[in-house]
Amino acid sequence: MELEFLIEKTALVLVLFVLTLTIAAYSTWAERKVAAWLQDRVGPNRAGPFGLLQPLADGGKMFFKEEIIPSGANKYLFIAGPSLALLVSFLGTAVIPFGQNIEIFGRVVPLQVTDINVGILYIFGVVSLGVYGIMIGGWASNNKYSLMGAIRGASQNISYEIAMGLSIIALLMVTNTLSFKEIAAQQHGWHWNVLYQPLGFLIFLICAFAETNRVPFDLPECETELIGGYQTEYSAFKMGAYMFAEYINMFVSSVVMAVLYFGGYNYPGMDAVNQALGPTWSPLIGVGVMFFKIIAFIFFFMWVRWTVPRFRYDQLMDLGWKVLIPLAIANIVITAIVIVGFDLFNKL
Amino acid sequence: MSAPVDYLPIIMQLLVALGFVALTMGITHLIGPKRKTTDVKLTAFESGIEVIGNARQPFSIKYFVVAILFVLFDVEVIFMYPWAVNFREFGLNGLIEMFIFMGTLLLGFIYVIKKKALEWD
Repeated sequence: MELEFLIEKTALVLVLFVLTLTIAAYSTWAERKVAAWLQDRVGPNRAGPFGLLQPLADGGKMFFKEEIIPSGANKYLFIAGPSLALLVSFLGTAVIPFGQNIEIFGRVVPLQVTDINVGILYIFGVVSLGVYGIMIGGWASNNKYSLMGAIRGASQNISYEIAMGLSIIALLMVTNTLSFKEIAAQQHGWHWNVLYQPLGFLIFLICAFAETNRVPFDLPECETELIGGYQTEYSAFKMGAYMFAEYINMFVSSVVMAVLYFGGYNYPGMDAVNQALGPTWSPLIGVGVMFFKIIAFIFFFMWVRWTVPRFRYDQLMDLGWKVLIPLAIANIVITAIVIVGFDLFNKL
Repeated sequence: MSAPVDYLPIIMQLLVALGFVALTMGITHLIGPKRKTTDVKLTAFESGIEVIGNARQPFSIKYFVVAILFVLFDVEVIFMYPWAVNFREFGLNGLIEMFIFMGTLLLGFIYVIKKKALEWD
């Protein structure tokens, strides 16, 4: 292991970290702007031009607020909850390829923090850790609303994780690998997986909404029934940590969907661009394409939030268990038969 | 194949995230205002009325059933990952074997639904 490797990886990790923070912060701004636009309002426009400094103002406010720990709460777990939620939300992006290998000063640098051959399993592991943040925080608050929000969140997340895992299996049968780098490389040009797995993508998309606790599946923090759900008792930066974790999770699931189903950094006509611009500049266009897709997904998350009403809890569970799981299994069976059928046909 | 060194950047990312979380939690604790608080302010929020008991009480058994079912089905899902990655090499035989396994899984699933384990009314 050389020094260059360490420097390169440290730089990548830091850039990715700052990027994640910035995107999460500006998602809070974009969410209000999108809401305002959809509802024919103005939205935040006081702090800076177009309200662009609003995230900084909000962040500053959260730092300077009084923190309250209820007397009945379990103090250590009360702090551990939001810390854990924020911590694990940062880890998901480590295995994502944000572009092709880029050549900087004669050195080929992969635009990916690390390429491990169990990338998809890693993401699933990290994402499912997020439920502990909600569970611990909600239980430690010793508040009935928080407790209900926490158990709702836990059982919702684990229910949709099954359908999500099953929809990924059909994708793996197409890709034959668990490595994100290979999956992204396979979708060269316009061979995006969404064309081969439309149903799988739809199931994954719905599960992503449920896993990130976004409307229409935001029952763990549903204001009309549970005040603030698992974050009822939180104030100052601990409340901000939960909110931040939610927006980072939204970013991570948009990234995962963009890479797994929408080709990541691939776009039609990329070969011509690669030849014209060379190995230093053309990967940057790929990164731009990737972020365009990510932002499109984040916009979709917000669009849905301000147009679709919330589900009832039994509807949520019925959708997860009785609709999505059978659909995902059917998707696996059809994919398997089609692929094996093609292989047998080619052998004849 | 990935070598153990490929996991090092993940640890680096973990350290950065851990540092950020610890730092921000520490700083907000230090710079936030500390006022003299009354006991009433520190009680759990129950829509403004007096708190009755606490939240350490039993909740619906349904959530427990869901959790048990999750453990069962998630193990099956994880079991199918290695098969899905290699299933082209197994060909038709592997497919039929997996369909038998999935059929058994589906039988269990139908049993769970018939038993009304997932009814929320």
